[in-house]
Amino acid sequence: MADSNNANPTLTGSEILLATLAGEGITTVFGYPGGAILPVYDSLRKFPTIHHVLVRHEQSAAHMADGYARATGRVGVCMATSGPGATNLVTGLATAMMDSIPIVAITGQVSSKVLGTDAFQEIDITGITLPITKHNFLVTRAEQIATAVREAFQIARSGRPGPVLVDITKDAQQATAAFDFDAARPRPYRPHPMLRAESSSIQEAVTLIQQAKRPVILAGHGVVESGAETQVLALAEAHQIPIASTLLGLDAVPANHPLSLGLMGMHGESWVNHAIQQADLLLAFGMRFDDRVTGNLSKYSPNSKKIHVEIDPSEINKNVWVDVALIGDLKEVLSLLTPLLSAGNQPRGADGSEWLKQIRASKGNASVRDIINLPDNGHLYAAHVIHDIWHEAAAAGRLDQTIIVTDVGQHQMWEAQYFKHQAPRSLITSGGLGTMGFALPAAIGAKTACPEKDVWVIVGDGGFQMTAAELSTIVQEKLAINIAVINNGFLGMVRQWQEAIYDKNYSASPILSPDFVLLAAAHGIAGATVRKRADVIPHATLARTSGKPFLINFLVEKEDGVYPMIAPGSALHEMLRRPQHDPLLELPEDL
Amino acid sequence: MLHTFVALVQDRPGVLTRVASLFRRLNINIVSLTVGESERPDTSRMTIVCDAHENAAHRIRASLYKLETTISVDEVNRTEAVVRELCLIKVAAGPNQPHGLHSRSQIFELAQVFRARVVDLAPESIMLEMTGSASKIEGLLQVLGESGYSILEVSRTGRMAMRRGHHTSRVLQALGTRPTLNPSVFAEDPDALPSDQTLPNIFDE
Ligand SMILES: Cc1ncc(C[n+]2csc(CCOP(=O)(O)OP(=O)(O)O)c2C)c(N)n1
Ligand SMILES: [Mg+2]
Repeated sequence: MADSNNANPTLTGSEILLATLAGEGITTVFGYPGGAILPVYDSLRKFPTIHHVLVRHEQSAAHMADGYARATGRVGVCMATSGPGATNLVTGLATAMMDSIPIVAITGQVSSKVLGTDAFQEIDITGITLPITKHNFLVTRAEQIATAVREAFQIARSGRPGPVLVDITKDAQQATAAFDFDAARPRPYRPHPMLRAESSSIQEAVTLIQQAKRPVILAGHGVVESGAETQVLALAEAHQIPIASTLLGLDAVPANHPLSLGLMGMHGESWVNHAIQQADLLLAFGMRFDDRVTGNLSKYSPNSKKIHVEIDPSEINKNVWVDVALIGDLKEVLSLLTPLLSAGNQPRGADGSEWLKQIRASKGNASVRDIINLPDNGHLYAAHVIHDIWHEAAAAGRLDQTIIVTDVGQHQMWEAQYFKHQAPRSLITSGGLGTMGFALPAAIGAKTACPEKDVWVIVGDGGFQMTAAELSTIVQEKLAINIAVINNGFLGMVRQWQEAIYDKNYSASPILSPDFVLLAAAHGIAGATVRKRADVIPHATLARTSGKPFLINFLVEKEDGVYPMIAPGSALHEMLRRPQHDPLLELPEDL
Repeated sequence: MLHTFVALVQDRPGVLTRVASLFRRLNINIVSLTVGESERPDTSRMTIVCDAHENAAHRIRASLYKLETTISVDEVNRTEAVVRELCLIKVAAGPNQPHGLHSRSQIFELAQVFRARVVDLAPESIMLEMTGSASKIEGLLQVLGESGYSILEVSRTGRMAMRRGHHTSRVLQALGTRPTLNPSVFAEDPDALPSDQTLPNIFDE
């Protein structure tokens, strides 16, 4: 150490921070300055490879880092000052925590000499973020910065990923220390000691799969996180096993694959949920049996054996008791499992195709009531808008190069139902926390990471107003992001629940909005309002090919509902269907 | 039911908060929690007793391991571990007490039966110190109460636990300590217990 000291430059803490970020391969930081982080901002000019994106609210900085991470699988970085800057990060960190997204958040902190004295803009951010980060650090000395930051990166991306916060006092940023990137290397990552995929368990899984007559794969976010998309598909194809997806697993398998069923759970199509309820074997891959996908637990898939492949041991038997648990990285586990399945074993024959036939038959039944088959009746439905945006991208051959970023609400569920995702990491959405205001900033993160891709924001009129200030960031960063506001004049998902459960008492769900096209124009962003279905595709093309940001204000049917819907407490197969005679869907006399 | 976990954690500021916060998050009540130094440098040892559903043990252990500051977690039950608690009891024992001047000698007798020690004598009170299982401590407190003594103060440390034997301890395994070469010394090998007495955790080694 003493020898190498001469070779290692002495830097300030803030320079050490930025040099460490650069060493970790970081080229973009989303952030907002303030007193306690000013030394870092002062040092930025010495690190030209790091581009700083100035946001309009720190919550957005966290969502941008999140969108960046979801689009690439790499760690996203955000930065904020102490006190209010740090507390503004909270919702973004919680969003990333719930969806297992690797981000590193850097916050400035008051000087270590005044820590604990309620100094100006002092807040205990490591205390506040304890339950919403995978881990956090308080760093009070320049010598500790490189190690803490490198450890933060390792923790964020290893095992089940998640957000990590590093809080650095101002005096640590200002002090000097020797910088040695390699010496700051964290100890080798320690896998969770309870990972287990024993050969006996794998053998049990093999037997269950071979004996199953009605198996279903439940594909979750872990499929994408593990990069196991092809392995899962290969297993499904070899044994003709249909695949149902969670919201975050929707882009794990191509939607147009014959074995792909689509979204399961609260707003899953009836054939998907029925298949799960009737299954005799569930293969849960990288998913956590969230209440949005199980419905009433006591009635969940009552006759099936369950195999759970999951990297987080604390998820095993949490909500649903499983028969075989294979705890580990999905890709690794499948590499052990799949060879045993194919070695001299017959793929499931007639029985297998019988099961698929059964599912397809119920699918045929359900789709006659599907809004998507409704002829143009002069109304504009959100489902049609989303379908047509998909259609436009597909026709242009851009599906593999398109990322959809949704907000939270009805439009999010319609997106999940009607946008047929083809490629992994093509859907970015807040699943676990359901954070309104997520879409616009997350899209900025995604577009920054993938400038060559078409990025569409699909956002409600409510959620858009939560983070609309980031329109300014889009312009400042010259990002050609397409924004589809699904404008129904309501906090639609709240209104739908009030319709279904609260006797149509629309308390605080109608929402006034500015003219979004004018709002965009005020930022120098072009836009258009669309009222007719026929105008959807031409405008989608216009937006996609303009090479600039473009906002489309879709004035859709105000009181439309997402169907099917599972009411709270109901079982997965007890779905509320779209009413047979939905007045909304009636055709004008002259048609 | 009561679960007892022994956790080795990094000896750093904030680690106790992380553990305590975890139980709060899981909505599980901590019955007792003791922390102190262990045989390893920079490593604290915690014994956590909590009241949770019988199936909760796996999830608690797995969640404890998810804390980056956790080194190892072992779940122990009565059959395989020595569980002890330290208790200080201050009893009123002055001339004005119901038993008057006899109270002191009677308390001495009771203390002897329960193997408690007298550690302080004051004109109006006696302080007893006792180490033992929770039930033994509760026994002494009960007898004192039923004999008409007024208990002025009680301070209990909460349980500490340590596996019997040592070549099978998962704690030591986690530390990479080699098992001893002379197994006959260790009669109480928990791994040799009938399986229904070992950990109920089906995912365990
Ligand atoms: C930050 C936040 N606040 C409140 C909610 C509760 N919530 C869920 S959906 C929804 C309505 C969303 O309305 P809008 O953005 O217009 O989308 P729509 O449902 O109409 O498509 C609300 C208020 C939430 N998910 N997130
Ligand atoms: Mg709305």
